[in-house]
Amino acid sequence: MTAPTITAPPADEQLLVPVLTADWGQPESWKLAQYEARGGYRGLRAALVRPPAEVMAEVKDSQLRGRGGAGFPTGLKWSFVPGDLSPKYLVVNGDESEPGTCKDVPLLMASPHTLVEGIIIASYAIGVNQAFVYVRGEALHPIRRLRAAVAEARAAGYLGTDVLGSGFSLDIVVHAGAGAYICGEETALLNSLEGRRGQPRLRPPFPAVAGLYAKPTVINNVESIATVPAIINHGKDWFLSMGTERSRGMTIYSLSGHVRHPGQYEAPLTITFRQLLDLAGGVRQGHKLKFFTPGGSSTPILTEDNLDIVLDYESLAAAGTMLGTKALQVFDDTTSVVRTTLRWVEFYQHESCGKCTPCREGTWWLVQLLRRLEAGQGHPGDVDLLLSVAQSINGQSFCPLAAGAVACVTSAVKHFREEFEAGYHTPAWEYLPYAASAAFAEPAPDRSQPARSAPDPAAPDQAGAGQGDGAGRSDEASQTDPAGRTDEGVTL
Amino acid sequence: MTETAVKANPELVTVTVDGRAVEVPKGTPVIRAAELAGVVIPRFCDHPLLEPIGACRQCLVEIPDAGNGRGFPVPQASCTTVAAQGMRVETAATSAKAKAAQEGVLELLLINHPLDCPICDKGGECPLQNQAMAQGRLQSRFDGVKRRFPKSQPLSAQLWLDRERCVLCSRCVRFADQIAGDDQLSLVERGARSQVAVQPGQPFTSYFAGNTVQICPVGALTSQSYRFAARPFDLVSTVTTCEGCAAGCQLRVDHRHYQVKRRLAGDLPAVNQEWNCDRGRFGFVSERGPDRLTVPLLRRDGQLVEASWTEALAAAAAGLSRAGAAVGVLTGGRLTRETAYAHARFARAVLGSNDIDFRARALSAEETGFLAAWQTDPGQPVTYADLDQAEQVVLVGLEPEDEAPIVFLRLRRAVRQHRLQVTTIAARRSPGSAKLDARLIATAPGQEAAQLAALDLGAGSIVLGGERLAQSPGALTALAAVVRKGGRWAWLPRRPGEVGALEAGAFPALWPQGQPVGSEAVARVWGSGLPTAPGRDSLAQVAALADGSLRAAVWSGVELADLPDPAAARAGLERADFVLSLERRLSEAAQLADVVLPVAPLEETSGSFRNWERRLSPVAQVIGRPGTPMTEIRVLAALADALGVPLGFRTPDEAAAELDQIEPPARPAEAAPDAAATTPVAAVVPAPDPALTTPVAAAVPAPARAAVPAPAVWTVGPANAAPDPVLATPVVADPAAEAAGPAIPAPAAPADPAALGPGEAVLATWRELLDDARLLDHEPALRASARPVAARLNPATAAALGLDDARRVTLGGLEFDLVIDPTVADNVVWAPSRAPGLNLAVAGLTPGRAVAVTPVAVAPAAVDPAERPSEEAQA
Ligand SMILES: Cc1cc2nc3c(=O)[nH]c(=O)nc-3n(C[C@H](O)[C@H](O)[C@H](O)COP(=O)(O)O)c2cc1C
Ligand code: SF4
Ligand code: SF4
Ligand code: SF4
Ligand code: FES
Repeated sequence: MTAPTITAPPADEQLLVPVLTADWGQPESWKLAQYEARGGYRGLRAALVRPPAEVMAEVKDSQLRGRGGAGFPTGLKWSFVPGDLSPKYLVVNGDESEPGTCKDVPLLMASPHTLVEGIIIASYAIGVNQAFVYVRGEALHPIRRLRAAVAEARAAGYLGTDVLGSGFSLDIVVHAGAGAYICGEETALLNSLEGRRGQPRLRPPFPAVAGLYAKPTVINNVESIATVPAIINHGKDWFLSMGTERSRGMTIYSLSGHVRHPGQYEAPLTITFRQLLDLAGGVRQGHKLKFFTPGGSSTPILTEDNLDIVLDYESLAAAGTMLGTKALQVFDDTTSVVRTTLRWVEFYQHESCGKCTPCREGTWWLVQLLRRLEAGQGHPGDVDLLLSVAQSINGQSFCPLAAGAVACVTSAVKHFREEFEAGYHTPAWEYLPYAASAAFAEPAPDRSQPARSAPDPAAPDQAGAGQGDGAGRSDEASQTDPAGRTDEGVTL
Repeated sequence: MTETAVKANPELVTVTVDGRAVEVPKGTPVIRAAELAGVVIPRFCDHPLLEPIGACRQCLVEIPDAGNGRGFPVPQASCTTVAAQGMRVETAATSAKAKAAQEGVLELLLINHPLDCPICDKGGECPLQNQAMAQGRLQSRFDGVKRRFPKSQPLSAQLWLDRERCVLCSRCVRFADQIAGDDQLSLVERGARSQVAVQPGQPFTSYFAGNTVQICPVGALTSQSYRFAARPFDLVSTVTTCEGCAAGCQLRVDHRHYQVKRRLAGDLPAVNQEWNCDRGRFGFVSERGPDRLTVPLLRRDGQLVEASWTEALAAAAAGLSRAGAAVGVLTGGRLTRETAYAHARFARAVLGSNDIDFRARALSAEETGFLAAWQTDPGQPVTYADLDQAEQVVLVGLEPEDEAPIVFLRLRRAVRQHRLQVTTIAARRSPGSAKLDARLIATAPGQEAAQLAALDLGAGSIVLGGERLAQSPGALTALAAVVRKGGRWAWLPRRPGEVGALEAGAFPALWPQGQPVGSEAVARVWGSGLPTAPGRDSLAQVAALADGSLRAAVWSGVELADLPDPAAARAGLERADFVLSLERRLSEAAQLADVVLPVAPLEETSGSFRNWERRLSPVAQVIGRPGTPMTEIRVLAALADALGVPLGFRTPDEAAAELDQIEPPARPAEAAPDAAATTPVAAVVPAPDPALTTPVAAAVPAPARAAVPAPAVWTVGPANAAPDPVLATPVVADPAAEAAGPAIPAPAAPADPAALGPGEAVLATWRELLDDARLLDHEPALRASARPVAARLNPATAAALGLDDARRVTLGGLEFDLVIDPTVADNVVWAPSRAPGLNLAVAGLTPGRAVAVTPVAVAPAAVDPAERPSEEAQA
């Protein structure tokens, strides 16, 4: 990757450009009246007087790239849908379940009408008369806000059979997911939306050809679609004026972890990690950065060596990682990377849909290796075994979930191999006592010898393989009982 | 999908697999292309007859060039990657990357696998085992804790699932969904907890469930019938033909120690592809009960007692001699072509009687004429391949899923893959027609001819008629008349031996090969002094036994309960001077006999069937057990010897040779019609890729239409020949044409719905695949997949009969649960012909006639279908 050219550095050194997040602090920002009072639905009115093709061209020419992780050009994706076929669908992906990722849910909470407006403009451009929003099921309150917003929009004539008298008709269904990370993967999402088992589909056919109910379908992230009204409002040139050559515009960066002021920071794609970290008040006082994820737990971690990296698609790819969902999880020097990696891998093991062998079986194995390394009971050679198993998984799975599952393992071992090797003799909680890394907790009692099942405030999913039944029970026994005796129901 | 893709695109692309170039049709998955190049790529989820899924990842290959000069950065699944022009593929044999990928996947597959090969039914024929031996590490690197499940759990009475062994390839689930259309199986949970499951209380009672055991690539699915019964390497395999129905499935029979242990679907792409039905797979132990006959029985002082062969044969010869030519021969529909031929010759040349019939079931004179005309000029037989290509298939008097299950599967495939439109003329929508997405023309029995006549049946239409059309006046005539509209037709008997028996001349109206009674050609083989009087069909024989005009009966494999009037049949046998029964089990008929001669079961004989397509389907001898009964042909030969008129042959081969030597009546063009429709006995080991390597049988060239008119009495249209308005008998329902055509002796007129008495409905019925048939005895796990037993009425009819609130009803004294089913035709009550303890014929109920439907006063608790009595206790 060549180094990106910074095309339009903000003249006034203004680092943040709140567009989507601009009104989040306003009272009742989620209400239609508030939204309209602050210029809402102007983009829609502007779009409806232009031919759909022109609206699509505007978005395409703005070079907006998908904010759901892969960064695929949004306008280009829209143009793949055959124009003459009907019905076709727009599906907005609000499943947002990746550890660290937390931008869509706040947007739905604070400004659902931005998304609704974006959906209407996008549907108009693509020729869609029925749109769906698939929202992570646990996000109950945002779902209510979005449903209320859709109802308000319908009552106000923004939705329905004749949107603002334009003759264009559109309705939106807000669908609550049922708690599976894989249902954020677009084809698994379509299956789930159709009421089927949430597992990724074979491609081809691609959703643009045969997606929801086998009809041409566009799937976009919440933020991608929510960005559309601003592009129509301000024009593509405004959008092109921000960002780097191939990563245009502004986007929401989510900072979490050991930073003083975690939260959403909306900035052009020219910002560096150091700048963002400064805006967030830096790492916890008295500590220094150890590692961070640039775009959620599926993106290989970086260290302080990468403090000055520009947070755009190309720079991160050049550094061997990804912009992903721009979820920057920051970990300071109190953090056990072994423990962090284990928690992430436990998450992927729990969320593996089970369709393909490498992911389903590989994560099962990785968790066991990492657990014994965490407990200081690793066998010499386990770190190489860990990498070898990761290699058997990487690139060989049916969908990218598995690649995400091993990204943290390989990158963590790359940067902190000796810490993993310490797991041959020293428990991670002795190597780096866990209490010290609890970001917001009161100083915890000494947990240098924690019982395996003791709740850990920073890692509530510590128990077992993370396959508890949701009622507090876990199947830890199934992995630790050497006799392998299990009892159906509690275990698997 | 792969199949269609392959067939629909004649365009070829060249790919190179491990350096070997191979041309494949566009759309072929790489894994298939590799097979054609002689490279086998390991796989678990891929199956040539299922849609690809790409789940197991065992088939990863390196593709350094996708055909566009660029390669894939990581290994690709060869089962989901489509071959492209110029593509280069490197498998584990030539690419270190592919090898590492495949080994990695295999290692991962094994970490949670129990590796309990020593107690696993699949051990010895297990793809996972084979692959682990070929490619796996000697020592596993996994020393963690395996995921555990409790050991095997039932998915149905027949299927057991060991979730620990399951590799989650979803072949079983895809089979159930894509092939059988029975969607009770699904995958539930996720990650390592993923598992195949059924809903509680909804067992996987597909008629085709056994196929999932066969395609399961590990020992996760086992059958109640075979589990723990044998090790594959101890079994001897024989390829033969299934005797379950007239579909003609190839079967692989595995035996050990003179006992069949299991039966698997054979690999015959043109017929059953790689599937069979559970009746064919599991229904093979009925002769293992205490009623199995091994020594002759002789009636002494009113009792059947064991006797020597010499004694018994002498007694049989004496009894038959006394009767002279007044002997009726009834053979049932399940004999091989060769055995049927032996009876045909025995009846005419030895006994001097034309009274022989294979139809141990309801029949009509119209049917006799229809069959005679068909045998005389079969025209171009309809084949499975024709069903694939048809635009419309009309079912009349036929429920393929119940009567010829593999025909059902083929139709369903055509519906899914070629958008075939199926229409069914039936009394109700059966589960089978629902799965075919069939358009239902709800029809009271007896009205089939009129419905058929009203249908638009142009070219591209095929009408399939079943055996119960014999009970519907004019229906068979209307079936044959389909050719006049440009359509084609086929007749599908339920039993495997009927088409062959018709050819063999075990039929009152014809001698072998469709030769007319009195044929010179036959006389040249059989000798002189042959009877020339027209023969009696089975019903006429029963009547003649009762009135004394027939004095003796020779019955082979006939169940009284299969005859339309079992009581009359019993009376006939009781009245007869002498009854000879050739049997394997002590049937009701045998119990009424004077001499019972045991004959070898099918698995101990050879021969052939002709399936509904007229395809010659070889039957191979599976077991050669010393000291068991002789084959039926040999018994007949011995009896002929005792009667002083040699039969002329003693083995199935000799019988076949003689039968084949008889020329059919002259037909203008002898275009070797049988060559393509003959199924050779294939090698025991299936070809690696049946879908691609086995050539599809070439279409049979249409012989020019027969010049020989069909027998005058029974003139009907020639089969599937060019339409000929002069020769073809018009549909009865067409009054104008009726005047011109010869009269057809009609069966007893069905009830006129308008003339129903109060509380009555017209009875409609058919036999379901799994009922109380004696052939299914001793296999309760199979019978457990039978459909729930119930009588059905539509809401309007139920209301008219005052049955809105009834839970149970009686029909002629038989009690049924009542199901209100809106698909049932008006004024019709449908009930299964037979169920444990319930037999409509035995109760004197005739389909098409009025029957009183009365509520059972105190409604007992509805029977839970899952707990339906299914044991032979009631049989
Ligand atoms: C395991 C997995 C989980 C995903 N989860 C999400 C998600 O929660 N939200 C999302 O927008 N995209 C998610 N994606 C990406 C989607 O598949 C898809 O690329 C995206 O919704 C497209 O939208 P965009 O083009 O607007 O980015 C996920 C992908 C994978 C492989
Ligand atoms: S990688 Fe495989 S098992 Fe994992 S989520 Fe994707 S399809 Fe499912
Ligand atoms: S399924 Fe195969 S590998 Fe597994 S226990 Fe059975 S024989 Fe062994
Ligand atoms: S039971 Fe057998 S066929 Fe079914 S998914 Fe498991 S391994 Fe595959
Ligand atoms: S055979 Fe190709 S993925 Fe299973």
